[in-house]
Amino acid sequence: MLRDEDRIFTNLYGYQDFGLEAARKRGDWDNTASFLANGRDWIIDQVKESGLRGRGGAGFSTGMKWSFMPKNVTDKPVYLVINADEGEPGTCKDRDILRHDPHKLIEGCLIAGFAIGASACYIYIRGEFYNEGSNVQRAIDEAYAAGLIGKNACGTGYSYDVYIHRGAGAYICGEETALIESIEGKKGQPRNKPPFPAQAGLYSCPTTVNNVESIAVVPTILRRGASWFAGLGRPKNSGTKLFCISGHVNNPCNVEEEMGIPLKELIEKHAGGVRGGWDNLLGIIPGGSSVPVLPKSICDTVLMDFDSLREVQSGLGTAAVIVMDKSTDIVKAIARLSQFYAHESCGQCTPCREGTGWMSRVMQRMVTGNARMEEIDMLLQVTKQVEGHTICALGDAAAWPIQGLFRHFRPEVERRIQAYRNSAPLAAE
Amino acid sequence: MSAPASDHGHAEPTSFTFTPENLELAKRIIAKYPQGKQASACMPLLDVAQRQNGGWLPRVAMDAVADLLGMPRIRVYEVATFYTMYNKNPVGKHHIQVCTTTPCWLRGSDDIVHTCKKKLGIEVGETTADGQFTLGEVECSGACVNAPVVQIGDDYYEDVAPEHMEHILDALARGETPKPGSQIGRQSSEPVGGPTTLKAFTTAQADD
Repeated sequence: MLRDEDRIFTNLYGYQDFGLEAARKRGDWDNTASFLANGRDWIIDQVKESGLRGRGGAGFSTGMKWSFMPKNVTDKPVYLVINADEGEPGTCKDRDILRHDPHKLIEGCLIAGFAIGASACYIYIRGEFYNEGSNVQRAIDEAYAAGLIGKNACGTGYSYDVYIHRGAGAYICGEETALIESIEGKKGQPRNKPPFPAQAGLYSCPTTVNNVESIAVVPTILRRGASWFAGLGRPKNSGTKLFCISGHVNNPCNVEEEMGIPLKELIEKHAGGVRGGWDNLLGIIPGGSSVPVLPKSICDTVLMDFDSLREVQSGLGTAAVIVMDKSTDIVKAIARLSQFYAHESCGQCTPCREGTGWMSRVMQRMVTGNARMEEIDMLLQVTKQVEGHTICALGDAAAWPIQGLFRHFRPEVERRIQAYRNSAPLAAE
Repeated sequence: MSAPASDHGHAEPTSFTFTPENLELAKRIIAKYPQGKQASACMPLLDVAQRQNGGWLPRVAMDAVADLLGMPRIRVYEVATFYTMYNKNPVGKHHIQVCTTTPCWLRGSDDIVHTCKKKLGIEVGETTADGQFTLGEVECSGACVNAPVVQIGDDYYEDVAPEHMEHILDALARGETPKPGSQIGRQSSEPVGGPTTLKAFTTAQADD
């Protein structure tokens, strides 16, 4: 288990004040100017060496992403945008950073913004997080008043503004180009890529979009050294990670742990175990609603990191662990996610707009068994027609939970269809 | 092209004017964005307008935002109808929004919806006759380790059991503001019974 002294988010639970004075006592804003004095390339190299992979779900190297930004841009502004539009079902980690440790985020915004040559940062906070956003705004105001950001930030001569932009209820705005559209005052519909945001992002200017957690860990990485972070976890899956453990556990919680911790250990050490004991486990969605469900047999041994979960055809995603015990109607649990994606499709691409609604309707019938056996393969075929055929990954995210259900729980659906036919043979025809 | 129609047969107001205070607020919001990019203020200004108008956005309020920002009205209608937090119809004084996505559903959100329906005598999407309560179901609220979650106004009520929901609705009906957050006494997202980590950080900081 990770030692407390290696935990980054020491005020995760908000027992202490989120304000500047308390944050400084926890080590935030300690000699930030010295990192900036080391230069842009040093910061990017440190973050690369730390092995930090984006904490928003895709797991792309954060330092690498920064290095894609054009150098020596003089004719237009450069922006850093923080994705705090947290809404992946199961996920509630960024919420704790926003409300309990906002100075870690703002300090990270300054360092990251400096590293990519940005002049301003917009933090896009989901609209429902009204109180969380207010905490961030108070922290921003404190940072301005203390000269940490704004003109001559931290006394370095570098000028940098930080603003918040509140969303208004749209899961799709978690997609980085939809988020950019939304800041521009439009419907949140993802853009075709290329151009990528690094070339033409916010207001057609070079832009990097990073997740809250990715940015909030950066100051600590620089303070303690890239090798410290890289030494935690497993190769290519380094560092610590905030896990959200929800569903059928005795003590649902958020917790910061080492990457690569066994799933079973994570649940038993921190969440009080599965309700009714480990043997009462049916399955787990290990990384937020978009990743395929895993049956108990895999949960017994799988490690919680990007590569280990990919090997078992699932994913770490946002590290939101949704636990389901044997009392769960697994078909209904996944059908509810299909309903979610149908609701959240932005409607731009036909396969997703039509496909998510169709998949949701068929999944509803699978719950009761009111379907024909051959419709299972038809449904799986449709998931393949949606997956990979849309501008953004929402189509994939809608397809994967269904594929995961049939990969591991197909006999359960077949049983329901058979039972429905047996009990109501006419209705099934 | 026409503006989004009122589909509940409510009376649409014929005018909307920002209060002087909100106009000042609008100027501060617009200043957060680069010159010429004032359309970025569309979403925050719709929120300001909605709050001024008792929780919903009539077409005239959307028009006021469009005019203030120099945007074509249709662009503002597009935004107002795309995002779920803009209410295009009147809502009650207390907007009860129960999260029913899978993590909340696993922890009993069906029972919470049922409790609300029974107690308020309305279905999801309806408002009580006295205009006090509107009941809604929402997609993932993003507080899943404190499920079930109910958002009321700007506040989250967490770890909500049916009996808590009854108490919350009773208190609101009496004009009180029940305490938001965990209804079972958790600080926030730590495990029930106390943290398994960071035990040295579970008290306020001592003065050095």
